[in-house]
Amino acid sequence: MTWLGVFSQLLEIVAALLLAPLLSGWINQWRAWLQNRSAPGLLQPYRMLHKLFNKESVIAEHASPLFRGAPYIVFGCMALASAIIPTLSTDLPLSPAADAIALVGLFALARVFISLAAMDVGTSFGTLGARREMLIGFLAEPALLMVLFSASLISKSTSLTTIVETLAHRDLGIHPSLALAGVAFTMVSLAENARVPVDNPATHLELTMIHEALILEYSGRHLALLEWAASLKLFAYSCIGLALFFPWGVAEAEAPLALLLAMPALILKLAIGGAMLALLETLSAKMRIFRVPEYLATAFLLAVIGMLVHILLAA
Amino acid sequence: MTELVGQLINLFAAILLMLSFAMISQRRILSLIHLFTAQGITLVAATVLVGYATHQPHLYVSAGITLALKVILIPLLLYRVINRLDVRWDVETLINIPMTMVIGIALVIFAFNLALPISKLSVSVARGTLGIALACVLLSFMMMITRSKAVPQVIGFLSMENGLFFAATSATYGMPMVVELGIALDVLVGILILGVFMFHIREEFDSLDISHLEKLKED
Amino acid sequence: MITRWLPAAAQWLQIDWVLLVVGAWLLIGVAGVLALRRLTLVARVLFPLGGAFGLALAGIALSAALSSPEVAVLPIGLPGLPFHFRLDSLSAFFLIVIGSVSAGVSAFAAGYFRKGEGTPPGLLAFEYHLFLASMALVVVADDAYAFMVMWETMALSSFFLVTANHRIVEIQRAGYLYLLIAHIGAISILLCFGVLQANTGDYTFANMRAQQLSPFWASLAFLLALVGFGAKAGILPLHVWLPEAHPAAPSPVSALMSGVMLKTAIYGVLRVFFDLLDTPLWWWGLLLLVVGLATALFGVVFAAVQVDMKRLLAYSSIENIGLLFAAIGLAVLFSAYGMQPMAALALTAVLYHVAGHAFFKSLLFVGTGAVLHATGERNLGKLGGLIRTMPWVAWAMLVGVLASAGLPPLAGFVSEWLLLQSFLFSPALPSAFLNMLIPVVAALIALIAALAGYTMVKFFGIIFLGQPREEKLALARDASGWERIGMAWLVCGCVLLGLFPVQFIALIDPVTRSLIGAGMADTVAAGGWLLVPVAIERASYGPAIFLLGVAASFALAFVLVRTLYHGRLRRAAPWDCGYPWQNARMQDTAEGFGQPIRQIFEPFFRMERELPTPFDTEPRYRVSVGDHFWHWLYLPLARAVERLASAIGLLQQGRIAVYLLYSFATLIAVLVVVKQ
Repeated sequence: MTWLGVFSQLLEIVAALLLAPLLSGWINQWRAWLQNRSAPGLLQPYRMLHKLFNKESVIAEHASPLFRGAPYIVFGCMALASAIIPTLSTDLPLSPAADAIALVGLFALARVFISLAAMDVGTSFGTLGARREMLIGFLAEPALLMVLFSASLISKSTSLTTIVETLAHRDLGIHPSLALAGVAFTMVSLAENARVPVDNPATHLELTMIHEALILEYSGRHLALLEWAASLKLFAYSCIGLALFFPWGVAEAEAPLALLLAMPALILKLAIGGAMLALLETLSAKMRIFRVPEYLATAFLLAVIGMLVHILLAA
Repeated sequence: MTELVGQLINLFAAILLMLSFAMISQRRILSLIHLFTAQGITLVAATVLVGYATHQPHLYVSAGITLALKVILIPLLLYRVINRLDVRWDVETLINIPMTMVIGIALVIFAFNLALPISKLSVSVARGTLGIALACVLLSFMMMITRSKAVPQVIGFLSMENGLFFAATSATYGMPMVVELGIALDVLVGILILGVFMFHIREEFDSLDISHLEKLKED
Repeated sequence: MITRWLPAAAQWLQIDWVLLVVGAWLLIGVAGVLALRRLTLVARVLFPLGGAFGLALAGIALSAALSSPEVAVLPIGLPGLPFHFRLDSLSAFFLIVIGSVSAGVSAFAAGYFRKGEGTPPGLLAFEYHLFLASMALVVVADDAYAFMVMWETMALSSFFLVTANHRIVEIQRAGYLYLLIAHIGAISILLCFGVLQANTGDYTFANMRAQQLSPFWASLAFLLALVGFGAKAGILPLHVWLPEAHPAAPSPVSALMSGVMLKTAIYGVLRVFFDLLDTPLWWWGLLLLVVGLATALFGVVFAAVQVDMKRLLAYSSIENIGLLFAAIGLAVLFSAYGMQPMAALALTAVLYHVAGHAFFKSLLFVGTGAVLHATGERNLGKLGGLIRTMPWVAWAMLVGVLASAGLPPLAGFVSEWLLLQSFLFSPALPSAFLNMLIPVVAALIALIAALAGYTMVKFFGIIFLGQPREEKLALARDASGWERIGMAWLVCGCVLLGLFPVQFIALIDPVTRSLIGAGMADTVAAGGWLLVPVAIERASYGPAIFLLGVAASFALAFVLVRTLYHGRLRRAAPWDCGYPWQNARMQDTAEGFGQPIRQIFEPFFRMERELPTPFDTEPRYRVSVGDHFWHWLYLPLARAVERLASAIGLLQQGRIAVYLLYSFATLIAVLVVVKQ
């Protein structure tokens, strides 16, 4: 563990916490532009968070401590997740504590807690949201794992830093398995982040909402934490995508100066990715909830085929 | 450089497989046609690349034929057919889609295993892709079996032909020109006949559900 | 042995101490019989004492795990057929599991058993401790004779425990089914030992180890062992007894059966496949993988749609057993191809999961016991909101649920992680076909693990969260002192196993070394606090750091929010999109929560639905989910047996003369055969 490592680790956490709401704002802006609406300011999510933190928190009279603790746990999970994904540097002291499998486990932990918290108050929408969230989770989680495994097979490692280093250093090699994994990953991350074909982040229409139904009973600082955690999750997923499919520009232990370049590179990549996401969302229509398993099963099987293709071509 | 071209061919092969899989999981006829067109484009790109890598100019010609036929002409014909018949939307499958996809995975594994020993014998730049081509053929074949409407079946048939074409290109650098032209003509005539055929089914039964054909059987 | 009683205790071997603990358990059982109906004595003295001996057993086994094998011979049983016992690292590992888990369960049982449970408490204590003693002796038995005697004792004592409430018809049926399948299994195991001794007539394990069987006989022994131990473990299609018998038993017994007894079957599998048989064949591994995965998927899908909390857990046990068999299959596959380090990794995952599952499943089962006693309900649809009336049980169960869902940083995740790691290393297998199966298998395991999460959220959410679905639930009382101690001990197990895998793998290492000649301790120890199976650039996992990371973010977020903003909180009626007439019946029921799974995995189930029509004055919705195996396999089998029995019944005429005629005919036939 070097001082530089500690520094880049801290830098990465701070960058994630600060950039995540910005990314959400950026995507919202693009969505508005693409849909011919006048866009909210880029800093709107920060204003939202500030407003929510200032408000008092109103919770149901019979809510248990689990309900109050869950936002902090979810936030903690997402913060840790964005700390272990190599976005700026691969020299991260925290990274050996959790590899790709543990990262998926971390997302699952957050999902279980938010679902349990949604069930805690015992409203009809809460349990509905919990059930749908777990429905998406049980298909999306293995699909994400398979996507990460496709990369693991190439780099012969599940450690995220090793994956990024290997992928960034390949000499003009093209891995067909990553093409399949990329499509699968895009599908999964849309579902996991409550994006359009699966869920609509802007809706409060009772019967179609998933993410909003989960956090329906939250207000004030708890809601702020959950919203922040949601944008952190989107940020983390974007970073996984960038790390797997566009791993250039990430600094490594031997090259400390690259850290200076890594930040603009990351922001540029995120900006393009965010615009693409908004485009994708605008182009597609939300599907029925019972089409979602089909959609996710397709993603899951595409990722599996990606691994098979890798084995076929490697043989 | 050849290595890069080889990898690119592999990449196109993977995309081809992905498109076959997407076709299996797609219910909408319109999207099926889009996917079929995309498959044609991929095929053209792959053929051009193989032609470039192996310096076989006749592959450029067959790429051109593919482009004209499978990317432009046939999709246009299909659009016309579905517009005239007004069957753009959901089609029910005989087996539910996740189940079809699971069978699809089994077919892919089967095809890959079948192709592995063969491709070890080959010295072609694209030998690894034989298994993928075979998988595409099997997947399209299965798509023909599991669809109950005539249009998706025709698309399945065409996509099977794509798989065969790709297999020929990747394993033996394409078929002789005469054969290729013959097949192209066959496909074109086939689609015309099938188009006429579909209008007739429609007139006869007021539906494109081919299960109605069972009624033609003599009891 | 007798002569060894004389020297001072200091010279005793560890195996003598193990036998002493077992003897103590038997004595406790006898004491229970003497104090048949004195509940306080039985509950407050005998069960805690049994728990203490469990701890002692775990302690002895802990020291034995790291030392060389020891043998003992007990001159009991038939003349010339003494019981052979052997304490090696594998036995010691399972003794640790048995001892430590039973300690927690016994402590819980001390507060659990009450009057009016059917069987008198003293008798229950006898059966319970006999059950414990027989399980401990199964894993130290060193000849087929001792093994079978102990195996049958285990089956019988657990049968009597299952039928503790023997006046209820379903429980009688469950017990009968259990006994039937247990015996099919036992016959199969007996035949397996018969094949293994290879006509030498010597049934000690030492002799079996020395035999070199031809591939045919080895495969036969393998299949017999698979059926025999599989029947006890509940693999497909021999699983039908498990969801009937485990819920029927009193909860501490369910905990022992699911948590510990199933593991003796895993022990048997490991003993036969890796110790008694020499080099395995590759297709054994493949078969185990397929059977294991089918079992696991079946188990978890059925668990997700259950409405009875104990049945849900029983199906979840089937799932875990399936995962264990799949992992064993992978270990067999690797070891068949001579890839010992990979096999060691897979086997480490197996043993870790054995320990992890023992703890969390026992915890969950005893927790359902506490809920059952507090509310009298096993049906999920009539529970809800218990976290407010039973916080102790609820928070303890939360740990068990998270561990069971395979979430970091608890026990279930470590074994899942190790298992997935061993799959990722598998593309080095020499067979291309197997290599292609591996991604599919890994995908299935990931899917099963994720479905387990779904099931566990349903289990915990419906029992403990939400609003109480019945009025009486408001009166539910939290667990008593002894029950809390037992649950706390099991919670500790789940947490410690999750946080300190490196230290625990040091215990597993001698087992894998003795079974397949390779271990993970060296690479793992090099990682320090990180769990590193091969090399740090390939994979690493540090649960303690992981927990610290989440906890630090939690604390930092909490403190920062409080200092920068405020901590104001107001309680009000739930918002629920402004709907004011919200009541408890509007929450998802267990059926509702399982509905997506029922729909997606429809071909798995045999469903019977009763749907209301718009004209019903009292609309009723009923859905029951059945098991295809029952209708396709067991019922036809039962009918065939019945037909056969009635055919044989024709022979029975009731007249002496006819019976004499049979004897006469037999005599003639035998004489004819002898003459030729």
